[in-house]
Amino acid sequence: MTQLAEADSAVGTRKWICLVCDFIYDEAKGIPEEGIAPGTPMAAIPDTWACPDCGVTKADFEPYDD
Amino acid sequence: MPHAPVVIVGAGLAGYTLAKELRKLAPEQPITLITADSGALYSKPMLSNALAQGQTAPTLVQATALAQAEKLQLDLRPNCSVSAIYPQQHRLETESGELPYAQLVLALGARPRQLDFPGAELALSVNNLDDYARFRARLTPGAHVLILGAGLVGCEFANDLAASGHAVTLVEAGERALQHMAPASLSLRLQNSLQSIGVQCHFGSGAREIKQLEHGYAVSLGNGCHLNADLVLSATGLIPETALAKSAGLAVGQGILVNDQLCTSAADIYALGDCVELGVSGSSQVLPYVLPLMQQARVLASILSGTPSRLSLPALPVAVKTPACPMVLCPPDRNAPGDWHCERDDSLGAIHHFLGRDGGLLGFALAGDACGQRRQLAGRAPALLE
Repeated sequence: MTQLAEADSAVGTRKWICLVCDFIYDEAKGIPEEGIAPGTPMAAIPDTWACPDCGVTKADFEPYDD
Repeated sequence: MPHAPVVIVGAGLAGYTLAKELRKLAPEQPITLITADSGALYSKPMLSNALAQGQTAPTLVQATALAQAEKLQLDLRPNCSVSAIYPQQHRLETESGELPYAQLVLALGARPRQLDFPGAELALSVNNLDDYARFRARLTPGAHVLILGAGLVGCEFANDLAASGHAVTLVEAGERALQHMAPASLSLRLQNSLQSIGVQCHFGSGAREIKQLEHGYAVSLGNGCHLNADLVLSATGLIPETALAKSAGLAVGQGILVNDQLCTSAADIYALGDCVELGVSGSSQVLPYVLPLMQQARVLASILSGTPSRLSLPALPVAVKTPACPMVLCPPDRNAPGDWHCERDDSLGAIHHFLGRDGGLLGFALAGDACGQRRQLAGRAPALLE
């Protein structure tokens, strides 16, 4: 049970928005074409990752609630 | 005979975003992209935030020209300038020969405003990755940098340089930072935050002369003040790049004039991004920043792939990337009558609304923990282009 709970908590469900260009990163969907699997939390994406639209880094993303 | 390609001139965010969006919609469309630079993909908004993030010019490169050509299936021609456009013949003249086009897209960007005083050419400006490499090559650890201009870019560089251990002097001819975009109290808030991380502000008098010394530079201000620095960085605004369009006979105002379909005055020639001036129903505006560019690229990609489309732009707030005092600004139209009203201004954040005569929200400015309200307020502010 513990293992399952841990696996569940590792699956991201939040959304994040780029402050510069409004690109939305949806953890549930990931970005498979960039090798980011569905469910990847923002925190698990490397700091060197760049916004697919405008190229800024994770530092320029904030939580997004629709 | 194969069809002539869509030709894009410029490999900045505008040119590459258009190429990417067009490739999505038209997998088979031949696209040629010509650029005077190396064609490396980088993020221009990162240039004024790179030091504190430990980035250098080489690490800012997100993809080489070769990788971009492969990924987007482009006939990419780096290090190649365009010398002339012949709109009647649908033909370009480049350094490496002539090139026909079916449709031509100008994504030429903007260039730093030329300052007009003795020694102005001694100031560096950072408007692209090559400029940035030159700047970093001359920036020694702990160097004293004097920045001319306290607009968005000047303030961001001041923050980035100060936060990475450099001495910074910020000189602004106007009375305050971001004076065309923010209410006075937010300008003051930003200035105080910059000062708290060591930035020296000299406002109210611009540079009048720069002299080279044995080590560094001496900058004289209009008020008689003399300042020394190791480097002088100019951030006094950008003007759209229009020379090529003008010489081809295209209609040009402040920027290359386009309508809401991004079409210039010549058939089959389009333009987008920082080089354009958008003229719609009698009024016209230059729309720098990333968000308008992204919207333009999507609309133009649709048009070029055969689906009619027109540009509409909601209110587009601009993020000021100054970690010492994060702000989001959505200034009203310059001619809009009205006043700034303070909704909240405390140590954690600030909310200012610009209200028109009838009390309607025409713009806003946020700081600190209030920046999260940007989308909600943008939805209430008037659209830039209906």
